[in-house]
Amino acid sequence: MADAVSIDDVRRVAALARLGVTDETATALVRDLNTILQHMAVLGDVNVGSPMPADETRQEIRLREDRIGSIPLALPLEAFAAEMRDGFFVVPRLASHEGAEPAG
Amino acid sequence: MTSSAADLSSQIRSGEQSARDIAKAALARAAVADERDRLNIFLARTDRFAIERAARVDADPESRENALLCGVPYALKDNIAVSGLQLTCGSRILHGYQSPYSATVVERMNTAGAILIGKTNLDEFAMGSSTENSAFGPTRNPLAPHLVPGGSSGGSAAAVAAGIVPIALGSETGGSVRQPAAFCGVVGVKPTYGRVSRSGLVAFGSSLDQVGVFATNVADAATTLRVIAGRDDRDATSVDLPVPDYAASASDSLDGVVIGRPREYFPPDLDPRIADLCDRALEHLRARGATVRDVSLPHTALAVPVYYILAPAEASSNLARFDGVRYGMRLTGAGLEGMYEATRSNGFGPEVTRRIVLGTYVLSAGYYDAYYRKAMNVRTLIARDFTKVFASGVNALFTPTTPTTAFPIGAKTDPYEMYLSDIFTCTANLAGIPALSLPIGRAGGLPVGGQLMCAHFDEARMFAIAGGLEFALGGAAHT
Repeated sequence: MADAVSIDDVRRVAALARLGVTDETATALVRDLNTILQHMAVLGDVNVGSPMPADETRQEIRLREDRIGSIPLALPLEAFAAEMRDGFFVVPRLASHEGAEPAG
Repeated sequence: MTSSAADLSSQIRSGEQSARDIAKAALARAAVADERDRLNIFLARTDRFAIERAARVDADPESRENALLCGVPYALKDNIAVSGLQLTCGSRILHGYQSPYSATVVERMNTAGAILIGKTNLDEFAMGSSTENSAFGPTRNPLAPHLVPGGSSGGSAAAVAAGIVPIALGSETGGSVRQPAAFCGVVGVKPTYGRVSRSGLVAFGSSLDQVGVFATNVADAATTLRVIAGRDDRDATSVDLPVPDYAASASDSLDGVVIGRPREYFPPDLDPRIADLCDRALEHLRARGATVRDVSLPHTALAVPVYYILAPAEASSNLARFDGVRYGMRLTGAGLEGMYEATRSNGFGPEVTRRIVLGTYVLSAGYYDAYYRKAMNVRTLIARDFTKVFASGVNALFTPTTPTTAFPIGAKTDPYEMYLSDIFTCTANLAGIPALSLPIGRAGGLPVGGQLMCAHFDEARMFAIAGGLEFALGGAAHT
């Protein structure tokens, strides 16, 4: 099993999960995760034999990189819109928009 | 105490009582429980909705003919969707959200004539064993208000235990129906994985989740499961197998039935009062013709570590959808990522945050194989333990449902200590088998649950054994 969880680990994982954590919360999570994972260490000693279903599917699973932010699109954003301005899609003006500030 | 679902249904069908009067009485009991007794069972009561539906049942004698739960009031855990009603999951993050559709189980309860009277409190997103993790405050155990009702379906268990409704629906991921059923002295059922549609149940751990049933007695639980079970095109994991009349099997003789007593569920440090009540129950099963055999499920001790890797891993993925864009609450932050973080950090409570971080950690690079894949492999070993025991001729396993009786509100502050509440229940979820808790007596004045576990889709036998045991112990009112 892995080494003890650090406060940097908690901050990295929280960011991956799109959770902002205060210093106080991060410190509490370090304590809690290390306590919980100590109890999981027993699994490291289990000889599961082979082959196991999860090992077989593991060969087929392509894991994506741990990265914060949106998953990149196959096509650039502009490819989805007829017209773009300042990073926004330009859409036809609707009657219900009457009274709104005119775009650009 | 309210009448059984079977009695109420029969009285309404015969015209002896009106569905409207019964619904009004249940709503009045719910109001007393929460407003006078401060039990905090309901997150929403559906007074107008219930009275209107009850009036429709009263107005249509033909629809009453074959309605299995004709006019029976019931309560629903607030992580199951009803069109036009709130769906909080006990969380701030779903503030203001209303479901645009109803869960399949709700539609089936409607078709059977059941009347929804309210949505019940729960641990946030069903993560907990005490109903203390709700953003709306803890539910109190109706039998002893300083104690927890168990969780995460504590509100539904309490609604039945308080005599407000004879039946309720909850959800199970690691014991969230059976454990509160044991703490509140009622019957709780987790069906086989795939027996009941999860369409409209907010996902927590998708390889583990099932909708479950609470009732005051085994026969009502059997009827309710019959109503909600069966294939549903809206849930690809629901299985297309016939649904038996479970209630019809509930009083069969136990001649020829082999009950396994797994030694790992009776550790030396088990509360001797709980062990004694289990032994007494096993004696009753023997007296009704069953054979009791000592068996072993050698990987049982690994179940809690496995469960608390897999369930948070699945939760971290399932709860990614609550981002401030699609559902409920939205807080502003710096840019889109800042909005996500602000909404999720403020919307989720401490236990949900803990599990999301834990689940993300065990799925992250460098830890996936050490934790997640290892846990998946050990899960297979746990499931194989059950397969081997049932293949050896054992028809059902009997164990305590929980290692303790209900504990005081606020007593457990160490997360892992709380997780151990699931030690005897999460194995059935990991193996996907059906399991049932029924009251087998009292220890120190508090209810104790006995658990039956059977092979996949063998619910009919599980109800038959449970019905026999309930009868031998003196009926549903014996506790």
